[in-house]
Amino acid sequence: MSAYDAIIIGAGHNGLTNAAYLAKAGLKVVVVEKNDYIGGAAVSRELHEGWTYSNCSYVCSMMRQAIHRDLELSNHGLILVPYLGTVNFGDGDERLISYHDEQATYNELKRHSVHDADAMYRFQADLTRYSQFIRKTLLRTPPEPTSLRPRDIREFLWLAKQVWSMGEREIYEYIRFFTISAADFLDDYFENDMIKAAMASPGIIGTALGVQSPGSAYILLHHVMGDVDGNIGAWGLARGGMGAISKAIASACESFGGEIRRNAGVKQVLVQDGKAVGVALENGDELRADIVVSNLDARRTFTRIIDRNDLPDGIYEKAKNFKIRGSSGKVNIALSGLPKFTGLPDNRYINRGGQAFTGSMETMERAYDCWKRGTWSDDPFIESVIPSAWDPTVAPPGKHWMSNFIQYCPPELADGPWTPEKRDAFGESVVSKLERYSPGFRDLIVHMEVRTPHEIENEIGLTEGNIFQGELTIDQLFFNRPFPGYGQYRMPLKNLYMCGSSTHPGGGVSAACGANAAREILMDLKRPNTVPEDDFYDE
Amino acid sequence: MTQTDRFAGERPKLSPFHERQAEFNIRDAWGVWNGYKFAERYYDAEYEYFCIRNQCGTYDVCPMQKYEIKGADAEAMLNRLVTRDVQKLGINRVAYAVWCTDEGRIIDDGTIFRLAEDHFILKCGSPCSAWLRKAAFGFADVTITDISDTLAGLSLQGPTSCAVLKKMGLNGIENAKAFDIMHFPFEGDTLRVSRTGFTGDLGYELWIPRALALELWDAVYAAGEDYGIQPYGEEATNMARMEAGFIMPYMDFAEALKTVHFEHDQTPYELQLGWLVDLDKPHFSGRAALVEEKRRGPKWTLARLDIEGNWPAEGSIIYDTEACKKDIGYVTSAMWSPTVKANIALAMIRTEHLDGDIWVEIYKSKDLRPYRRMAQAEVRTKPFWTPARARKTPPADY
Amino acid sequence: MPPRAAPSSVAAYTLTVWIQTLDRYDSIIIGAGHNGLVCAAYLARAGHRVLVLEAADTPGGLASTREFHPGFRAAPAHHASHFSDQVAEDLELAKHGAEPLAAAAKVIGLDTSGKHVVVERNAVAGVSAADGKAYDDFARTLGRFAATLAPFWGRTIPRIGNNSLGEMMTFAQLGLNIRRLGKADMHEFMRIASLPARDLMDERFENDLLKAALSWDGLIGSKMAPRSPNSAVLMMLYRQGRNAYRTARLVDSLVAAATAAGAEIRTGSPVTRVQVEPGADGLVATGVELGSGETIPARRVISSADPKTTFIDLVGARHLDIGFTNRIGRLRTDGFVAKLHLALSGAPCFTGLEQATGRLLVAPRMDAIEFAFDDAKYGECSAEPVLEVTVPSLDDPTLAPAGQHVMSAHVMFVPYRLKAGWTDEARAAIADRAIDTLETYAPGLRELIVGSEFLAPPDLEERYGVAGGHWHHGDFAMDQMLMMRPTYEAAQYRTPLPGLWLCGAGSHPAGDLTGLAGHNAAKEILR
Repeated sequence: MSAYDAIIIGAGHNGLTNAAYLAKAGLKVVVVEKNDYIGGAAVSRELHEGWTYSNCSYVCSMMRQAIHRDLELSNHGLILVPYLGTVNFGDGDERLISYHDEQATYNELKRHSVHDADAMYRFQADLTRYSQFIRKTLLRTPPEPTSLRPRDIREFLWLAKQVWSMGEREIYEYIRFFTISAADFLDDYFENDMIKAAMASPGIIGTALGVQSPGSAYILLHHVMGDVDGNIGAWGLARGGMGAISKAIASACESFGGEIRRNAGVKQVLVQDGKAVGVALENGDELRADIVVSNLDARRTFTRIIDRNDLPDGIYEKAKNFKIRGSSGKVNIALSGLPKFTGLPDNRYINRGGQAFTGSMETMERAYDCWKRGTWSDDPFIESVIPSAWDPTVAPPGKHWMSNFIQYCPPELADGPWTPEKRDAFGESVVSKLERYSPGFRDLIVHMEVRTPHEIENEIGLTEGNIFQGELTIDQLFFNRPFPGYGQYRMPLKNLYMCGSSTHPGGGVSAACGANAAREILMDLKRPNTVPEDDFYDE
Repeated sequence: MTQTDRFAGERPKLSPFHERQAEFNIRDAWGVWNGYKFAERYYDAEYEYFCIRNQCGTYDVCPMQKYEIKGADAEAMLNRLVTRDVQKLGINRVAYAVWCTDEGRIIDDGTIFRLAEDHFILKCGSPCSAWLRKAAFGFADVTITDISDTLAGLSLQGPTSCAVLKKMGLNGIENAKAFDIMHFPFEGDTLRVSRTGFTGDLGYELWIPRALALELWDAVYAAGEDYGIQPYGEEATNMARMEAGFIMPYMDFAEALKTVHFEHDQTPYELQLGWLVDLDKPHFSGRAALVEEKRRGPKWTLARLDIEGNWPAEGSIIYDTEACKKDIGYVTSAMWSPTVKANIALAMIRTEHLDGDIWVEIYKSKDLRPYRRMAQAEVRTKPFWTPARARKTPPADY
Repeated sequence: MPPRAAPSSVAAYTLTVWIQTLDRYDSIIIGAGHNGLVCAAYLARAGHRVLVLEAADTPGGLASTREFHPGFRAAPAHHASHFSDQVAEDLELAKHGAEPLAAAAKVIGLDTSGKHVVVERNAVAGVSAADGKAYDDFARTLGRFAATLAPFWGRTIPRIGNNSLGEMMTFAQLGLNIRRLGKADMHEFMRIASLPARDLMDERFENDLLKAALSWDGLIGSKMAPRSPNSAVLMMLYRQGRNAYRTARLVDSLVAAATAAGAEIRTGSPVTRVQVEPGADGLVATGVELGSGETIPARRVISSADPKTTFIDLVGARHLDIGFTNRIGRLRTDGFVAKLHLALSGAPCFTGLEQATGRLLVAPRMDAIEFAFDDAKYGECSAEPVLEVTVPSLDDPTLAPAGQHVMSAHVMFVPYRLKAGWTDEARAAIADRAIDTLETYAPGLRELIVGSEFLAPPDLEERYGVAGGHWHHGDFAMDQMLMMRPTYEAAQYRTPLPGLWLCGAGSHPAGDLTGLAGHNAAKEILR
């Protein structure tokens, strides 16, 4: 007899979602978390007195509403607030403000380019069409292409029908979109570099690709296919920080009887006769369960916590070759006041949403070139948000908290390993860029936390600090995620599953991976399904 | 007053006529069209509607998109763009036209003004720069300039409109036939007048450089004072155009480049605009697809419906039986027509059901309580209202 | 039915049609590049009356061998080409003088100190035992995948919509072929099909030189660097499994085969326009107009020119739909490879090589290619170019005066759109840089140079009439391959303009001297 029905390794938001659904189905589950806090990369902690940092993920858009509703996350304290505008900063004085109003946005775009203001309508329609198709697949398990089981065939037929309903031309456009670079994709619509840069920036966030790399157009979509209340492409903040999402899911999980153990890092997955039977914790405890679910990334799961000899041939190599590249950094700053930015008619604009220090297409691509050479750019792409401008819970009154996401930051440096000095130098590159756009910014800094891939990996266990738990390239998407043949959450060891962003549909605080994995587990246990299959927004 | 507007960038732009129009806009009923602040109505939509039908009214067409197309290849470029034959369009004449995707689906409709062999102005309701640039790709000598913000336009519509212009001193305007363009000196510049409009009645559109917009307004209003002139807004326009059977983009058809769903856009044949498709022209964009569409017959037809009762059928779904067995279409625009006293609508109906029974499901609220009614409708082949005075040259004085 | 648009010319039209039918070519082929010649030969063998019109004074296009310095000759294309064996057999090229070479040229990854890596079809030398073993597996895996795809390069890939059951069979067969690989291979194929060359190599090998050498064929010709996900692996697969032929012989034999079958080839006859006339239902292509002003009518016009040149320049946007023209216009056709020809007074001497036979690669590691590419992204020539070098005169002494040699180098990356604009100085600078680079591998090379020619992509464009100076008439990339090459409207060799067909590298399968596009087009026309 096992003590638990299921053990979930890692209390990231997907692990918690998985546990919540299994618990909801009546299973006895435990989530084991190495840190003394939960949430993984969806986390908020007081890292400076009075300031709550969401020091990894910082905005939310992909969170599946079906799960939000289904797990009653609002009753567990979750409130998501949409961004209602963003500001893009060009290399010089150029600013591109996007408003939460079609006509105002049209005028703003027209200020930059008459042509592009018009082209934006087609761009939005096309992106919406692409998004709608992908979104339908988020809460579904990918079919296995080599399988002839009725379920897989049925799922392929469903997919074929979805594809077919777009019309022939759109199918070709879709193939094109999926394989080309963000730069080539945008060239088809826009002429203005500032507009292109603003639109391209989601194409590089979190990925070891540049705006000119084929495949970055899909990354762009991955970032805009989310929504807040049905507004495709909208982003939002969780009140209380991203950790509020994890906390709400954890609370839901516990309300169903699920157990969450902190300070319980897993040393090894216990395997007997080719079956996962439990975990050995770093503190020496052993927990037994019928099912073991890993919320860790694929590389970590198969190269760190499972004995290579327990794995079937080839799996270790697959995990080793799994592309999970650190490419992003994070600089979290506590501020004594709200920074003022140049070139804006009113500072109020920065309170409505994020700011992107995009510069030009070339600035972004050159930053990628630096990454390739094992260094960071002194003119990096920064995506920022000052959540405290609307969320009074994350900083003391009158003070502010600013999240800065930096693309790119290499996991390994050409001139030797990361050191605290180099980390600070990286942070300085960010502060000096911000100072360029906000004179006096430096003087507002009360506390600053600089996170390179090195820190992200060490703290929350994402290999190389890759925010998606694995690159979002075609070779690692859909039924190829994490590896071909293992796209349905079942892993090469019996009773071992994965539920993190290394699985379909990939990175982002969507909770979809965890939910989908739960559905497969319940199916294997011949339990009634408790997991929603489709998002309920009908477009 | 000296304080700069912090939110200026986000506010709608103001039409060159705004100063005068704002004074008339007692209801402060503004919408936004192509980035411009734009009157939904000024005083009362019904009042403004009857101004159009009974006296005359002005409608601000500044927010319309206006593209100046010039060059030796301008005619060839336009001729390949639109489905009509631009070669047949004379100088100082206007033609209504549609342009389509390669698949023969309508991108937008608009009017083409021919000012010279190699000089045209294309006017349409939505921005079209991107498609025009695509349309010009491969033509050596054609330049396209967006003059939307620099050319002001005021539409003067209604039975007294010609009289107003005559009083303004536009000698000979009465000789302008429908779709003619005439030019008159005005304040040291040139006033262009086209006998065009969107109300189905006698009417003109006046075009002037932006700087002279207020002078034009004042001249028109001074002349129109005794002819019951009144600005009218979007709501009155919509009523008038519906009676005349004119289609409105984004109401009666979806612009092909902006649709998300497959074939939720329309072909000219579906909109009963086959007369605009000149298949005698050896080539234009979408021709092959439209030949095929014509051969196969359109899947849908935009029909004019006369619906029993008086409940306007806005947003209604249409069925083949009173019991709603099969939905066969939907209403695109609808209203009670004050002139012909009928409950009229434009509706997209699956062509194979055009000849059968047509039932419209209408909801209406009485004291906040909604009621549902199934109303039978008949298809009308002619526009609901086509006054002879609209086409008469010279027009009668009133 | 005559066009109603011009009722007054009905009689004239009818008369013209009648006269034309009396004495008219069945097919005019624009361009005597190898694909044009292949297509001509097939059609002529099927009894068509075929006229091939070539702008240059010699046939062959980018494969034509020309004198670039008195007594020295070279072609922009590789000296040896992997041509379709099927086409060679069908057209009996052996009878016309083209024999497959005994073995494909070996690829040598050059090392400045002479520790070269030598790659042959089934073996690799100069690497560790582990890499040697990995290469065996790599070659076998790629061989299996290449064999799976091989049949599909040589046939029309149908459109996804509106096709007959027969056409759908192509997809069914492709699916079946992949399925037949077995589960493990199928999984691997799906994974690596879009993998960047770099990942594929890093997963398997340790030797930098070997990785760069093996990546080469996946990248050269397209705007693709080792880190670019997309078509590198498919390009490697496309380039596998064909016999190599001497390019010059191949062109001669194709000319001979086409002529023997009755095709007429006119060189020095640039086509300036495809004639377009109103037909019974819309426009049709009715012939061509030459630079001389002469017009030649034909039942059909087949263009082996690239799609941009064909549709935008020769047909004209005004005769085509707007969306289509813009889809053609947005094709990625910017070339990134320049050609350097050197006339040498003696055999070059590469450190550590007895003789400079084979394809010599100057790309010490994948990052060298990547970084060279980075410069070109911004419209600059690579500061440290990577090169593929051959000395064709070692194999064919007729290319140079006795005892002297021709060196032929592909230089990457040289952008078609140079930010500062192309000038003679810019050409000299990058050519010089390439020679400096070669000098480090072949000390003393500079002293041997008696003449040279540098062809940047715009030069290739101007001289050979190929848009962007692109080898393949357009990037071989996932959105520009199969039933999307060049665009879905024109991917089955038929075009939206009735009477006009495509048969060049801009059509499926792609460039290189395989002859398959010409073959597929001919089959489709004869169908």
